[in-house]
Amino acid sequence: MAYTFTRRVALAVAASAALVASTATTALAEGWKPQKPVEMVIMAGQGGGADRLARLFQSIIQKEGLSNMPILPINKGGGSGAEALRYLKDKEGDAHVVMATLNSYYTTPLRTDIGVDIEEYTPIARMALDTFVLWVNADSDIYTIEDYVAAVQAAGGEWKMGGTGTGAEDSLVTAMLEKEFGIKHTYVPFKGGGTVAKNLVGGHIDSTVNNPSEQMGFYQAGKSRPIVAFTPDRIEAFPNVPTARELGHDLVYWMQRSFVAPKDMPAEAVAYYTDMFQQLSQTEEWQTYTKEKALMADFLTGDDLQAYFLEERAKHDAILKDMEGGSS
Amino acid sequence: METIALLADGFATSLSPINLMIVILGVTAGLFIGAMPGLGSVNGVAIVLPLTFIVPPSSAIILLAAIYYGAMYGGAVSSVLLGIPGASTAVATTFDGRPMAQQGKAGLALIAAAVASFVGGTISVILFTAFAAPLADLALAFGPAEEFALVLMAFTTFVGLGGDDKLKTIVMICLGLVLSTVGLDLISGQPRLVFGDLPGFYAGISFLVLAIGVYGIGEVLYTIESSRTSPQVTPAKITLSELKAGFRAMNRLWKTMSFGSFMGFFVGMLPAAGATPASLMAYGMARQSSKEPETFGKGNIEGVAAPETANNAASTGSLLPMLTLGIPGSPTTALLLGGMVMWGLVPGPMLFIEQPDFVWGLISSLYTANLAAVLINIALIPLFVWALRMPFTVLCAIVMVLCIVGGFAPSQKMHDVWLIAGFGVAGYLLRKAEYPLAPLVLALVLGPLMEKSFRQTLIAEQGNVLAFVERPLSGTFIALAVLFFALPFIKYLRKSARQKVAPAE
Amino acid sequence: MLVADRVIAVALMALSIYFMVHAVELPIGWEGSSGGPGGGAFPFWLSLIMLLAAGGILARSFLQEGHSGPFFDRVMIIPVVSVITALVVTIALIPIVGAYVAIPLFLLWYLKIYGRHGWLLTAPIVIGTPVFIFFFFEATLKILLPKGVTEPWFFPLYAMFF
Repeated sequence: MAYTFTRRVALAVAASAALVASTATTALAEGWKPQKPVEMVIMAGQGGGADRLARLFQSIIQKEGLSNMPILPINKGGGSGAEALRYLKDKEGDAHVVMATLNSYYTTPLRTDIGVDIEEYTPIARMALDTFVLWVNADSDIYTIEDYVAAVQAAGGEWKMGGTGTGAEDSLVTAMLEKEFGIKHTYVPFKGGGTVAKNLVGGHIDSTVNNPSEQMGFYQAGKSRPIVAFTPDRIEAFPNVPTARELGHDLVYWMQRSFVAPKDMPAEAVAYYTDMFQQLSQTEEWQTYTKEKALMADFLTGDDLQAYFLEERAKHDAILKDMEGGSS
Repeated sequence: METIALLADGFATSLSPINLMIVILGVTAGLFIGAMPGLGSVNGVAIVLPLTFIVPPSSAIILLAAIYYGAMYGGAVSSVLLGIPGASTAVATTFDGRPMAQQGKAGLALIAAAVASFVGGTISVILFTAFAAPLADLALAFGPAEEFALVLMAFTTFVGLGGDDKLKTIVMICLGLVLSTVGLDLISGQPRLVFGDLPGFYAGISFLVLAIGVYGIGEVLYTIESSRTSPQVTPAKITLSELKAGFRAMNRLWKTMSFGSFMGFFVGMLPAAGATPASLMAYGMARQSSKEPETFGKGNIEGVAAPETANNAASTGSLLPMLTLGIPGSPTTALLLGGMVMWGLVPGPMLFIEQPDFVWGLISSLYTANLAAVLINIALIPLFVWALRMPFTVLCAIVMVLCIVGGFAPSQKMHDVWLIAGFGVAGYLLRKAEYPLAPLVLALVLGPLMEKSFRQTLIAEQGNVLAFVERPLSGTFIALAVLFFALPFIKYLRKSARQKVAPAE
Repeated sequence: MLVADRVIAVALMALSIYFMVHAVELPIGWEGSSGGPGGGAFPFWLSLIMLLAAGGILARSFLQEGHSGPFFDRVMIIPVVSVITALVVTIALIPIVGAYVAIPLFLLWYLKIYGRHGWLLTAPIVIGTPVFIFFFFEATLKILLPKGVTEPWFFPLYAMFF
């Protein structure tokens, strides 16, 4: 019984064990260590892309022994993350809770007033930027963005774009597409990117704006086709897919995957977690994962990260205002 | 032929002594986790998942399969003994399992549940082995319209015509459906009915919270009040001859069980539906096709066997879209999916071709785990039954503590614990006023699926209501739903017609 | 019984009106633009059906003879109310003094005072249950229960079992 993946895992273990051996001592020397298990609040429900990624982090941390206490993922996905944001607000000063964020970190407080100012939270680390690609079913005869725009126009507003909910990241990209090309979609919300991908392949919707990781399985089976990537440069996993920018349309959109902590977390604890995620970002598993799933591993911490958050919030504010202005 | 060779390879691994130990350990742990109200396979799988990076992958899969099966069997234990469904999949099991336990037939009910689960699991794994690839295409053909039609069918097979007060049944169904809309509206992204903007309601009201409240706390309060007049200790015991009688009784139920297995597998295979609608449909159909439907809900063994076969078959079936399409049908399969991604596998159409070792290793572990689960479960039945012989005041105290802790565990919010207490008191009062509680719980389980798929379809079809009937698959389900709804009326009319004819003769 | 039946029907009617009032915050009609019903439609119309059905139950109670006999068993209502009170107090105490104080207190009250059991039965359960809960939920399943002010007592235990 030779499992083909055993070898890969074994290699990864060997490589990262060496790495941990060299870095683990520095973490110990700093003194502060969590005294109880650390909660990892996830701003999304179970099974979605954000959840899967957070659990991947948890298992890498556990496997590599990056933390002396277990990391416990807890899903608080209610209200597009509003539940998680409120929860973190109540944990002011707590040194044993971190939160895995996605773009709803900005959009949720912007869209509904939940009494949360993200500026107050302590930034820990940005692990990666997830990418977005426009997908159609492989059976369709759409190959380029021109084909796509023509097809959507021909459908006269009945073109079905699947997504994960009004106000979600893919709906923002959809709105950007509509504005750029002067087209109109019927946006059909589903629960989770996986379901969206499946409905595209099953022919229940006409196109999606999915993360590559959600479509990868179908893409490899030749069931779905990427049309255009919303990244500045071509994605390594899809060398033949042009970016919107190359085609003369300035459409770039990222999904950030970061960790934040409550307001006023003790400085030693912030240092501990920042160091932990730094080590995590250097593990072999994480680097393999980002390559395979077409994520941009772009590590960022501290004040730079906070500046990034605030800049992104301003950008999303503009997009959301645009969207509301357009629809009403 | 190739399939058999691959499966044999898989068995060779899963039957080694170390892996057999893992199976026994996993199944036992899973049984206890599943038997705890509030906890289910999702908790078991969540803890074990990080461990799977330490043990060899072949053992890891077996451990996961063992926990998964163990927890599924365990869910029925809590349903029968305490009357609290451990997971939504075991709701239907309480309807007849609990009355059986109150009549002192807890052992028999547990045997029925174990045997039925085994039959369901086995038939479903066989179907899985034989038809995994072609069935994946069927799952793809399921869009929102089909989902809606299926849920509607689940509803009508179950609701039909109960013996309860019609008006009160309607009130309870509506209340359950309205409670299911609490939280964020998926379509518009706006919060609904969040009771003065309490953040705890943003996530909606979980089925488990209502079930633990109504069936756990509510039941305890009801029993305390009636304990003055009724005997305090449930006369539960189990002997070898009873065991034999149990198996004989199951022998007569092969029709119900094979039907439940097939239906459970097919319904479970559809990504959105899963094991809960499957078990409800199996229960509803068993009742409707029974010669004595009035005995259902009062301790009919068939009412335990039908949903248990279906939910086990469906839980196995739900692995199919996870493996072939990469779509998790339940929180547990979502975690398994995450695990596979971490092992470096890409779930999806290519998995069967690129990673046959993994797939067949998993399938063969399902066979082994299922067999181990039924044996261990039956061996533990005397222990479970013995737990019922505790003095009533002790049992009640422990049940209430389990409700508090079990209610807190899934979401880790005190908000849910308060809701459980609230639902407990409300459920107690409603039950005293003879409101049926099962429709309330069912409506809360099925409501979100129903509303979501209904609205998705209409958005996609530009508001064309006929879309539901025009599509062949959903049209068929709608027709069946109408038929199931009408069946009790037809039966009733025929019966009364016959009664009118009879005196004339 | 009749009175209780009416009170419950009225309470359910009030609840449905509450739901309806809040449901109209979102569109309850057929949305022409997006197709299909609006976000408030399901809760609104279902609440209306619930209101009508509960109203029917109320009306019926005036027309026909109800069940005779009192709704509550007068002797047993006292234990039921005291158990509910104990439950509420326990839940309120959990975030403050922690589950590992509140739950043993509840068990102690229930077994010793309410159930009138001897110490021989009470003590093992009062001590054993939290120990079991700790090992099952925290050490094995990694589900942490609220500890309130008792949190620091658990640091050595965490260090030992995690």
